[in-house]
Amino acid sequence: MPELGKYAFAVLSSYGITIALIIALVGFVVLRNAKARRALEAIERGGKNG
Amino acid sequence: MSLWQYANPVKFLHLSGKIVPLATVVSAVCLIAGLYWGYFLTPDDYKQGSTVKIIYIHVPSALVAINAWFMMLVASLIWLVRRHHVSVLASKAASHVGVVMTLIALITGALWGQPMWGTWWAWDPRLTSFLILFLFYLGYIALWAAIDNPDTAADLTSVLCIVGSVFAVLSRYAVNFWNQGLHQGASLSMDKAEHVSDVFYYPLLLSIAGFILLFVVLTLVGTRTEIRQRRAKALLARERG
Repeated sequence: MPELGKYAFAVLSSYGITIALIIALVGFVVLRNAKARRALEAIERGGKNG
Repeated sequence: MSLWQYANPVKFLHLSGKIVPLATVVSAVCLIAGLYWGYFLTPDDYKQGSTVKIIYIHVPSALVAINAWFMMLVASLIWLVRRHHVSVLASKAASHVGVVMTLIALITGALWGQPMWGTWWAWDPRLTSFLILFLFYLGYIALWAAIDNPDTAADLTSVLCIVGSVFAVLSRYAVNFWNQGLHQGASLSMDKAEHVSDVFYYPLLLSIAGFILLFVVLTLVGTRTEIRQRRAKALLARERG
């Protein structure tokens, strides 16, 4: 592990917040896409059956 | 063979479905390698100490934040001129990535600024224009959410995007325009004497490539989502009608 010295808070919190925000963004985009795909498939199935 | 054929949602879904898996892998490799190299394998800077490691997230996120808005500008102009739905839906998808990248750049900038400048924030030209760009991103997303008619929302958000482009330009060039404030000039420059040392430069390039590809992947996936939601709404409207 690199020795961050007196700047440990600045460096670690920068990386921590960035990683958390990117994970949240990826989760938001992926889940929203999966929800939209399921909803469209359900409507298309309903249309074909009905 | 024309670029405009990808304005067809079916063709766009087909092509993007092929690009996304490959771009995801390359993005993950670049991000992991660039951040690992930058964080673990580079030395401290003689002036900035270990805070120089923040460069590998601050510069790429700021670069993506500004260029995402330019991509949105081009897509919005295509919508206003040629009325291609996919282009404005791509702009909407890009805004979600852009706002998070702007927030990352603002937060990491404050965390880096505090030990280096002695303050979390200053009303410096670049910082201020970046904050206004962040507010434009929020306004753009809120405007999409506030208007039910998708074509009206697309028109109004496109106009907002054109206006906000002023602040995207200022975020990039404020340092050169006013030559004042705390923020330094470009970290990446064609001028060897101006840009960062090679020991920081190569992992930074790798990290930038990772962030750009992440933006591409998330924008493509987001656009696919918007196309599907639009199709679902159209089918429901047809059933009810």
